[in-house]
Amino acid sequence: MTMQTGEVGRVEPFIAPREAAPGVFRRYPQLTISPAILVALIAAWWLASNVLGAPAYVLPAPEQVLHALVQGLTRAPWDKAGLWYHTGVTVWEALLGFAIGSALGALLGFALSHWPIFGKSSYPYIVGFQSLPKVALAPLMVVWFGFGLEGKVFITAIMTFFPVLVNTMAGYAAVEPERIELARSCNASEWHLLSKIIMPSCLPFLFAGLGVASVLAIIGAVVGEFVGASAGLGMLLMQYDQSLEIAPLFAVILLLGVIGFLMNYAVVVVERRSCFWAQRAHASMRA
Amino acid sequence: MNLVRAASASVHASADRAPALILARGLSKTYAGTGGAAEVAALKNLDFEVFDGEFVSVVGQSGCGKSTLLKVLAGLLPATAGSVELNGRPLRGPSSEAAIVFQSPVLLPWRTVIDNVLLPIEFRRLPRAGYRQSALDLLDMVGLRDFALRYPFELSGGMQQRAAIVRALIQDPRLLLMDEPFGALDAMTREQMNLELMRIWSQRRKTVIFITHSIAEAIFLSDRVIAMTARPGRIADVMAIDLPRPRELSVINTDRFGRYAAHLRSLLDAERGVF
Repeated sequence: MTMQTGEVGRVEPFIAPREAAPGVFRRYPQLTISPAILVALIAAWWLASNVLGAPAYVLPAPEQVLHALVQGLTRAPWDKAGLWYHTGVTVWEALLGFAIGSALGALLGFALSHWPIFGKSSYPYIVGFQSLPKVALAPLMVVWFGFGLEGKVFITAIMTFFPVLVNTMAGYAAVEPERIELARSCNASEWHLLSKIIMPSCLPFLFAGLGVASVLAIIGAVVGEFVGASAGLGMLLMQYDQSLEIAPLFAVILLLGVIGFLMNYAVVVVERRSCFWAQRAHASMRA
Repeated sequence: MNLVRAASASVHASADRAPALILARGLSKTYAGTGGAAEVAALKNLDFEVFDGEFVSVVGQSGCGKSTLLKVLAGLLPATAGSVELNGRPLRGPSSEAAIVFQSPVLLPWRTVIDNVLLPIEFRRLPRAGYRQSALDLLDMVGLRDFALRYPFELSGGMQQRAAIVRALIQDPRLLLMDEPFGALDAMTREQMNLELMRIWSQRRKTVIFITHSIAEAIFLSDRVIAMTARPGRIADVMAIDLPRPRELSVINTDRFGRYAAHLRSLLDAERGVF
């Protein structure tokens, strides 16, 4: 192959024009353009609060929010007046609920797909329950579980359950029939069919569901805390709102955004490792 | 045309000669209609036999039930009526003596080539270690030895299909069921794969049932060609191909090849009506 091209190069004096190298913005948009957007947003924010004179109880200046954020984050993790403690509480609720909800969603998704009688008979209830705003269940959680951890985990689990369930079922339905015929033609056991063909085939779909669930997990935990809690970032939001401490309120909102981003990013990293073949297959199809 | 008649006559005579590896009698398959639709007769009353070591192609238009026939022979679909015997025993479900090659390679993208080849071994709960060397030898035979540890997406379409053929051969089946295995490949790769399949077949002497809609491919590869009519699928004719082996691509230009092709085309066109 290389020898051939070398020979062609020697015989033919014509040298094909090189493709222009893509610019640094095209190659690394996350490292160049994304920070630029952030700078632009903060600049607009600064202008709105400091130059256009938006009142501090509506839009606190960025430096005030930064000050609140630094103050909160420089306290010890066990200090209930700091942000680390409440971040830990909320993240723990979100992670527990995410783990329980998505595990149940994946398992039930496989089961409902694998035994179509269950799937078909429970489908209307799944659709009905899914179209219900899960936030509406939050007050009920307080009645059932009180103000502790369990209620928040429950609401988070319910919120993360559905996207994982639905995506797993979509993944199951999308398994190439030939893959199943291949297993059947080799007299594969049900368990081999599930573990060696169907489950790996569903992985890209499962991760799509987990990506959505990871963002919903934080929402679930915060909504749970809104209804009633003694700790957590959602509880802090309510507290700062009532005392009109708008700069710390903004700091908590920023923090929630960062946490949601990191949880989603963690899912993406795991997905890249375990579904490397799906990404490569796509890349080779495009090429 | 005399030649064709004589050839198919000798085939029917040979039916008494040796025990058949596959013996189909009155084979029919009807799909139940769903949601009030009428039932669909895919195969109607097929009688044929395939002898040990024989290469038999089944040609017919799309929708004539070729793939249904293959799935019935693979034990993946039960027949509605009639019987199939494989090696003297009635066929009930997938047999370890048969292996399938599909139209698409159906390689699992998360497994390397060699792990894909060894998949049937895992399904049959046989020791992987005992088959590793023969997997490498088979990959060597089709020129994929250096790709054993690569992933399918790193291979071209033709290479993927060769890996799929190796996956079928790893179980050392007596019968190879091939469902338009080269239908998705471009014309050049397809010719190469035909030659390669001939080479593999002459080395391993499997019995092959080869489904295709290409008349030229069927004649080039086969000892006998079964022509099927469409809806319901019936056998229009069974034609013996009396061309010397090993065959080269130039055989396509011979008169005899042309007469076989014309006969098959007339059978299939008669089905289609005008055009």
